[in-house]
Amino acid sequence: MSRGVLGLAGLAAAFLALVTLPLWLTQIYYVNVASQILFYAIFAFGVNLLLGYAGLVSLGHAGLFGIASYATAYLLAAGWGHPLSIIAALIIGLFSTAIFAALSLRTSGIGFIMITLALGEILWGLAYRWISVTNGDNGINVHTRPTPFGFSLTSAEAFYYVTFVVFLICAILVAIFVRSPLGAALRGTRDQPRRMTALGYHVWMIRFWACMFSGLLTCVAGILFVYYNQFISPQTLALTSSAEVVLMVISGGPATLLGPVVGSALVVIVKSVVSGYIARWNFLLGAIFVAIVILMPEGLVPGTVRLWKLGWRRATTRRPSVLKTGGPPA
Amino acid sequence: MSRKITRRKVLAGTAAGAALATLKFPAPAIAQKAPFKLGLLTVKTGPLAEGGIQMEQGVITFLKQKNYMMGGRKVDLVSADTGGNPAGAKTKVQELVERDKVDVILGPLASFELYAISDYIIQHKMPTLSLAAAQDLTQRKPNPYLLRASATSSQAMQPMGHYAATEMKLKRVVTISEDFAFGYEQMGGFQAAFEKDGGCITKKLWPPIVTPDYTPYLAQINDCDGVCQGFAGSNPLRFMKQYHSFGLKLPVCTGETGGDDALLKSFGDEAVGLISACPYTLDLENDSNKRFVDGMMKNYNTVPGFYAAGLYVNCQVVDAGLKALGGDVSNKEKFLETMKGLSIADTPRGPIKFDHLGNVVGNIFIRKLGKEGAKYGLKLWNKTVKTYENVSQFWVWPEKEYLAEPVYTRSYPPVKKC
Amino acid sequence: MNFWILLAVNSITFGGLLFLLSAGFSLIFGLMRIPNLTHGSLFMLGAYVGATLIMGILSVQLDFWLAAVLSALVVAAFGALIERLLLRRLPGEPLAQVLVTLGISFMVADFCLMVWGGDPISVATPTHLVGFVRYGVAVFPLYRLAIIGIAAVVAVALWLLLERTRLGAMIRAGVDDPDMARVVGIRVSQIFTIVFGLGAALAGFAGIIGGPILSVYPGLDQDMLPLALVVVILGGTGSLLGSFVGSLIVGFLYNFGQALLPELAYFILFLPMLLVLVLRPQGLFGRQLP
Repeated sequence: MSRGVLGLAGLAAAFLALVTLPLWLTQIYYVNVASQILFYAIFAFGVNLLLGYAGLVSLGHAGLFGIASYATAYLLAAGWGHPLSIIAALIIGLFSTAIFAALSLRTSGIGFIMITLALGEILWGLAYRWISVTNGDNGINVHTRPTPFGFSLTSAEAFYYVTFVVFLICAILVAIFVRSPLGAALRGTRDQPRRMTALGYHVWMIRFWACMFSGLLTCVAGILFVYYNQFISPQTLALTSSAEVVLMVISGGPATLLGPVVGSALVVIVKSVVSGYIARWNFLLGAIFVAIVILMPEGLVPGTVRLWKLGWRRATTRRPSVLKTGGPPA
Repeated sequence: MSRKITRRKVLAGTAAGAALATLKFPAPAIAQKAPFKLGLLTVKTGPLAEGGIQMEQGVITFLKQKNYMMGGRKVDLVSADTGGNPAGAKTKVQELVERDKVDVILGPLASFELYAISDYIIQHKMPTLSLAAAQDLTQRKPNPYLLRASATSSQAMQPMGHYAATEMKLKRVVTISEDFAFGYEQMGGFQAAFEKDGGCITKKLWPPIVTPDYTPYLAQINDCDGVCQGFAGSNPLRFMKQYHSFGLKLPVCTGETGGDDALLKSFGDEAVGLISACPYTLDLENDSNKRFVDGMMKNYNTVPGFYAAGLYVNCQVVDAGLKALGGDVSNKEKFLETMKGLSIADTPRGPIKFDHLGNVVGNIFIRKLGKEGAKYGLKLWNKTVKTYENVSQFWVWPEKEYLAEPVYTRSYPPVKKC
Repeated sequence: MNFWILLAVNSITFGGLLFLLSAGFSLIFGLMRIPNLTHGSLFMLGAYVGATLIMGILSVQLDFWLAAVLSALVVAAFGALIERLLLRRLPGEPLAQVLVTLGISFMVADFCLMVWGGDPISVATPTHLVGFVRYGVAVFPLYRLAIIGIAAVVAVALWLLLERTRLGAMIRAGVDDPDMARVVGIRVSQIFTIVFGLGAALAGFAGIIGGPILSVYPGLDQDMLPLALVVVILGGTGSLLGSFVGSLIVGFLYNFGQALLPELAYFILFLPMLLVLVLRPQGLFGRQLP
């Protein structure tokens, strides 16, 4: 009971902190870091839908992310204007996701990882070689950010708030989705695919729609990414980018709402902020991942919750009986 | 761990340097000012770290020699690791500009990193002395805040084309380079200059950036009397080795990355005879180069290559600009114009000046790799065989004519029948 | 004609190198069901250690083959350590396995950069294998031909180990039914450490054998890992024969694809991989994927 209250209070505090973030983070640089954490978190939401709730690890999502980014940048360069480019990029992204899903959902498990990896590598290669569209490794610049309702997103604070709003919408959508019957069915396909089939569920179709939703979130993140960086080039589609977001999800805690956010914060902060102080930040990041696996193999968020509950139980039980909770005798 | 230069160490070095400087000379009034902040965008992790580490070595070698003083001001070096990707470059340039409030930026390394931050440095009016070779940023889409004291991608390859046609007497050449913009621009420059002087490119081969085995391409090198390669990073080593192992004996020429002096300690006999064109050469006999190479040997026990030299020269430009303004860089435009107007006689690559687009005009050295004259404990040595002086990015063509042509691409200039 | 012979022979030698690279990956994956994403790093680590031994430390220069064996042992010890300290806590948890193996690969990559710097290191070809073999007008490097022999020896040795020795029988038993194996007195946990160490040793050995062709440089790990994955997918997981055949197929695809379809060079391995997975998700020769 009081734990639920605490949780709500925590959420409210986090919300308040995020709303007022540009006020207490006086350095614009850190506001920008916060924007990055939020849009990578949206990307991680997308990957988590498949990885956490459907048990499908994708190593090709950076390709979808890149398609949305490239579509936006290309159409803007072709003079389409912001609203049209964004809508078209989403449509192109979703269309690509449908193909991506149709090819990769022929398998699950390791097969799915490998198919998505191959798709990601092919999209990466295309970004390098389809020079007439992508401008090769010189990339495409996006010279302006949109001004929705006359509200310019040029400043770091304005961009942060828009990212924050989009992030909130995505988080709410994901929360609704995983609590919906479709979300429950998706978890069913992860744990008991055969039984789900026997119960009359169309496993492929459930996975397909999860893939589409995952693709939508990925494309939204891709569009925010290209507006944030105002540049896109093939490196964004590399296997390492796909792996990075998978690492965010696993380290934060798969199949949780908060996990991808925590994972995104971890990776972005080590990459952007800590790297300014520690030259061997790559080593550190690897060591953090290893430490997470040792200390909290279920991920940071579920692991913290577990420790918290343990502590709570210790604190609320006045005299813990050693005999009862001490485990089997050695 | 010896290579690790933390921010704290740099600051400590700065303080010590400043203390030394004040002991030696009567401190000018200006030295009491806030330190001059030098931002370095480099790559210290990941596959591009090879060049990035050298860039930092070049900067620190310069600063140590100057006791961390430039133009009478104490220098704070803020070194940022982009990780070698565009998003990292963007984040780090924001860190340098918005958080650390640097006065000038040195770097970044790769063309795509420079493209990623090009708009940003214009918005923030940040003088940037890049090493990245992306041609169009000082050509068809010039960035007014950019100064390039190293070279565009084809700046050294154009004299190489001339040398290949006139001195190596090559007639028919096959080019081979990585399948990306730096490769296209290098090979395009070579082809244009080589064909202008009567040579002919018979085939252009483009292996992907990651090519563990070049054999499928080596098998296609035929019907020619020479090869021009434009590889970068560790690829030249692998290419030359595999080229040699298949018994190919045709002369090979290359640019600044393919025959870099920093690779001399890695190359073996397979590279003997390699002709390279480079804006810097280890064997240049002048005071500045002697100071530079000695400094590198003392600090890092390694010989410098093109990356370290490029950044050392960038530092000299900043230093000279600061001196000219008496250490006052509050007006960024003025600082930039001052640096652009400089002509510095004594740099490790000889005299340099800038054209109106901010690109360097200076020496290009043609070197032949061999064993003769090797110093600093090396077994191999790049011996300068010809120096092209005052080479501009447009080579012998008038600027207008050059810029009217499209930028070099995978298929431009096209391969003609000959 | 020269061109075709050259490509065909090189396809086999490149396939041999790929077999050395992927056999360990396939072994670990097939027997332990662990997607070992440190495999590229182990390859690179082996190459760096071997190159250092050959160039000499403390003025002791080792012979190429001795260095290859030693670096394989060093990498095997490292792999066994990873298995004992980390992976054994995570049986049947592929997500945690992915996280920990990728984490270690970050650490290894940065460690190598720290110790060996960024400069590429050239590995000298063993002196008795320098030179060419001539066949008519065709010239082929001797060392590359030797790789075919090395790969064949390793393949036969692995086959003998798994099929003809007591250890091999225990490994197979431990993999097919760990509980039953324990009942009959096989120490399964020890077997898994041995298998992982053996897979790591193969990766490290491949690194130094590949050295004279590939050289050693930062990023070698990222360049090689996808190749191992492609081999395993095309050949099918879980069988020695699969990775052998897969390596040859990839060798041919790589050589002829790059030479004949330069426009597709960036995708030349991944397009066939995609096709195979879409049409035959279990791989060309494999059993059903888990």
